[in-house]
Amino acid sequence: MGKHVLLIEDEPNIIEAIRFILSREGWRVDTHSDGTTAFGRVAEVRPDIVILDVMLPGRSGFDILRDIRADTGLGALPVLMLTAKGQVKDREMAERMGASRFMAKPFSNTEVLASVRELTGA
Amino acid sequence: MPRSALTGTRIRERRTVLGMRQAELARRAGISPSYLNLIEHNRRRIGGKLLVELARHLGVEASALTEGAGAALIETLREAAAGQEGAAAEIDRLEEFAGRFPGWAALLAARHRRVRELERTVEMLTDRMTHDPFLSTSLHEVISAVTSIRSTAAILAETEDIDPDWQRRFHRNLSDDSRRLAEGAQALVAYLDEGADDPGTQSSPQEEVEAYLRARDYHLPELERALPPEPARLVGEAAELTSAPARELALGFLRRYRRDAELMPLDAFAEAARAERLDPGRLAARFGVDPGAVFRRLAALPRAAAGGPVGLVTCDGSGTLTFRKPVEGFALPRFGAACPLWPLYQALARPMAPLRAVVELGGPVPQRFLTYALCQPALAGGFDGPQVLEAAMLILPEETVPAPEGRGQPIGTSCRICPRRGCVARREPSILADGF
Repeated sequence: MGKHVLLIEDEPNIIEAIRFILSREGWRVDTHSDGTTAFGRVAEVRPDIVILDVMLPGRSGFDILRDIRADTGLGALPVLMLTAKGQVKDREMAERMGASRFMAKPFSNTEVLASVRELTGA
Repeated sequence: MPRSALTGTRIRERRTVLGMRQAELARRAGISPSYLNLIEHNRRRIGGKLLVELARHLGVEASALTEGAGAALIETLREAAAGQEGAAAEIDRLEEFAGRFPGWAALLAARHRRVRELERTVEMLTDRMTHDPFLSTSLHEVISAVTSIRSTAAILAETEDIDPDWQRRFHRNLSDDSRRLAEGAQALVAYLDEGADDPGTQSSPQEEVEAYLRARDYHLPELERALPPEPARLVGEAAELTSAPARELALGFLRRYRRDAELMPLDAFAEAARAERLDPGRLAARFGVDPGAVFRRLAALPRAAAGGPVGLVTCDGSGTLTFRKPVEGFALPRFGAACPLWPLYQALARPMAPLRAVVELGGPVPQRFLTYALCQPALAGGFDGPQVLEAAMLILPEETVPAPEGRGQPIGTSCRICPRRGCVARREPSILADGF
């Protein structure tokens, strides 16, 4: 497994923080902020793991996840979902759609790091 | 407790930070370097005049040398670290950190207290959020800010060798986010205060009935049977219906449900609904009932039978919402009036004219829904009695029935939390535009 992560999130300061903690651990971090073009970016970048926010401008993270899971080449990609709503129904929705893991905001940095490591076996 | 024994260590650290040689400090304080060396290695207790003298030359309060950083500060930092497994390894160096960088430590502690405060607020609000779609959009903003603050604060706390440029950047982010958070929290508190003053918001009879129906997913199998129990008995057995007005409302609802179920038996109706792709007009014709009854029946179908979630909202002639079955993504205001652009209200303005419209909910992720709306007069007071209007709008998400292509009519939930700028139907300013 390589160490390449694609972060799909629209909050600039959250992007900056996650990029910092992952980069320090030797990850290459690409970011993308627009929901409508996110799936195309996943297909183009082919990362080892995607960190995907649920609330994105233009398109919901769940829709993007559905596209990833439906794609034959990308179907098995680890996807860590982030959401501002830690509600049961969001969690259920994420599980139903095949998220590898679900993390409610506000998350702790160590949690994010540990999840990324576990999901990729890095 | 080694705290008092550490006075020497603190003197040494402070001196090192200032880049002052041991001999220099000893000279200024009027003692021999070897005596200072013993003090710095905690092998001589000092106090009184000499301590004050050393503190003066080190540019700190004497208490900062004896007590180190304040106990309260240490406690707060310890607490901040407790939730962060990464920092646990350095917890033994906490006092050193607070002593050497009192300014940063105080800042971090203040940030932590703020985050904790806000997390508590968010937790409390989350409870309400599940019941109040009004809040979910604004809370999203607050949670985003809290997330960023938590993550950024942890980086500052845990990264010892952080580059000064990054450090400045993260401090700026912290400052921006905390301001955004404060403003957002204030806007929310103001909004909640207003809501709390309204006696109808706590638990109205209508809310009790809605809680009862929500718990059963709006489907009542008992009333679908060939020989159903008396609605009054079901109402009597329902724990959610505590007040007399709520029981009365529920009774009316259950009787109507039962009548609808008799006219449109579940299995036959579910099959027809699928065949007609949930078109209420065709279904009304098939079963020889009015379309309003079909709306209600569709909303009472189990999710699997309908092919997905089905939402329904009704209002009376005053526009007051009288029934609410929300679907994900289409929030229905719990109190106060809804968006005037809803097809529901267009139907209300033109009784008996059926309306089929695709709508698009505003927000960061626009969502499309197919809606059917119709307003029918009830003539319960006789043909020449007062005409009581009831409008209903069926809400079908795309996963239930795909909406036709083309742009949907842009609508919102309620002006207060609607992000659409320049809306011609806006009734009051949005707390989103002003608050964030």
